[in-house]
Amino acid sequence: MSAFDHQQQQQQLMRPDNVEEEEEEEDEEDDEEQIQGEYNEEYYGSDVSNESGPETMPWIAWFCSLGGHQYFAEVADEFVEDDFNLTGLNSIVPFYKEALDMILDLEPEEDSTKVPDVSIVEASAEQLYGLIHQRFIVTRQGLQQMADKYQAGHFGSCPRTFCQSTNVVPCGRYDLPGVETVKLYCPNCQDIYSPPSSRYHNLDGAYFGTTFAHMLFHIYPELVPIIPNKIYAPAIYGFKISEYSRCGPRMQWLRNKQDPKTLDASGKLIKDSDDEDK
Amino acid sequence: MNNYCANGSDSDYTKYWIDWFLGTKGNEYFCEVDEEYILDRFNLTGLNTEVQYYSQALDLITDNLDENLDEEMRDIVEKSARHLYGLIHARFIITTHGLTKMLEKFKKCDFGRCPRVLCHNHPLLPVALSDVPYSKSVKLFCCRCEDIYNPKSSRHASIDGAYFGCSFPHMLFQVYPQLVPPKSTDRYVPRIFGFKLHDVAKQHRYQDMIREESHARIMAGIEGLPTTAAQGSSSGQQNHKNRAADGTGVATESGAMADVN
Repeated sequence: MSAFDHQQQQQQLMRPDNVEEEEEEEDEEDDEEQIQGEYNEEYYGSDVSNESGPETMPWIAWFCSLGGHQYFAEVADEFVEDDFNLTGLNSIVPFYKEALDMILDLEPEEDSTKVPDVSIVEASAEQLYGLIHQRFIVTRQGLQQMADKYQAGHFGSCPRTFCQSTNVVPCGRYDLPGVETVKLYCPNCQDIYSPPSSRYHNLDGAYFGTTFAHMLFHIYPELVPIIPNKIYAPAIYGFKISEYSRCGPRMQWLRNKQDPKTLDASGKLIKDSDDEDK
Repeated sequence: MNNYCANGSDSDYTKYWIDWFLGTKGNEYFCEVDEEYILDRFNLTGLNTEVQYYSQALDLITDNLDENLDEEMRDIVEKSARHLYGLIHARFIITTHGLTKMLEKFKKCDFGRCPRVLCHNHPLLPVALSDVPYSKSVKLFCCRCEDIYNPKSSRHASIDGAYFGCSFPHMLFQVYPQLVPPKSTDRYVPRIFGFKLHDVAKQHRYQDMIREESHARIMAGIEGLPTTAAQGSSSGQQNHKNRAADGTGVATESGAMADVN
């Protein structure tokens, strides 16, 4: 069986799921779908189309074009081919070799009869790709790709009102697969949120890793938005609720953001800048 | 949007307008305003200047609208009725009965859950940033992180905030303070290859300092209040003082302690 047959089978296996998922969500998030649809077209539409000829599409491009995979960057073939970059992954991913062959569109070897089902290799390939992706997106090339996706708004925007819909980036809280799903990091409030669309609720956070989001803003500090810091003050009929009230504000520290340049190492405001309001 | 008047000839016509309105997609945040509340003209003071075709709109809401209106006029009245209902709703939900109705919806998570990961899906409440109609859309307040968020769906994000008002969630917690969740000092710590970031760590130390200062201030403030000073006095006097304290939104020391920690 050729790799292309594999692909076609995969697609048959996966397509109905995706279609269902999309239908299910159309109700709730039709507007969002539209936006993502647009991005899809813009990003992949020119040379890659899911409908026309999956036979001619490399596995990585096909995988990234699937619904719910909009967060993924396309890992360069050279990166996957370099064994050094894959160190240690063979002990995490089952059917590592078959999965790697699938990712690289190589013909599986004749003696690989121990593989019981294509769908198992397919799941392994997804996990392997995710873990390679985690490593790739902290390289120079990967960061560049993700920075472009970030600026194009592929990851959505922060749900917090005072962040003024600033763009967010995917991140994980754990680097090992199977622990938690993907979260979104907002560079303005420096907090993490669940993706609004349920299609991302089964995407593993390890595929993006704990480091990437912060590395991105470390390498591209110009991507950090400049938004005036605002803290929500609860009020009734315009009167602020007293701190001494049992239900008075207790969490305002959480959104209290200061320019790090105005703070000393122990977190105190440097005296020269006492014109800054607290 | 579906128009009530347009399907007037349907069998649905026998339904009440409010039921139709609440059943329409996108109106899940609204609760049912009591008919007695709407019929009491005192509750509607001032709304006649706010809403065009006020009397027809009110008739439509209370299902008394004359049917001899042309299509175009019906559409206009329909629009006014929705606006009027929203404004009445904002007033109703901060009454005792309105609060209980919204509390039920809060418990059912009709307003969604906090998107912040560390709030662990805490239910949200609708809130406005302005009481003036047509100025700001509705936002969602999380009482765990005390912040406000945009609704997930654009259908909800386009609802006028004035239909809920700025005061509603805070009024709810004043009346039901036991619903305020314990606050947590958890926060997300960004790391690169397991190492904390210097700038972020500095900000976190600053936040910790602010939190400790406000905690100390609250504790000191509460100690100075009559509620605790009255412990040795007669029970009648204490009751009186407790009542006064409740009225001004002042907590007992133990209650506030639990909140702060």
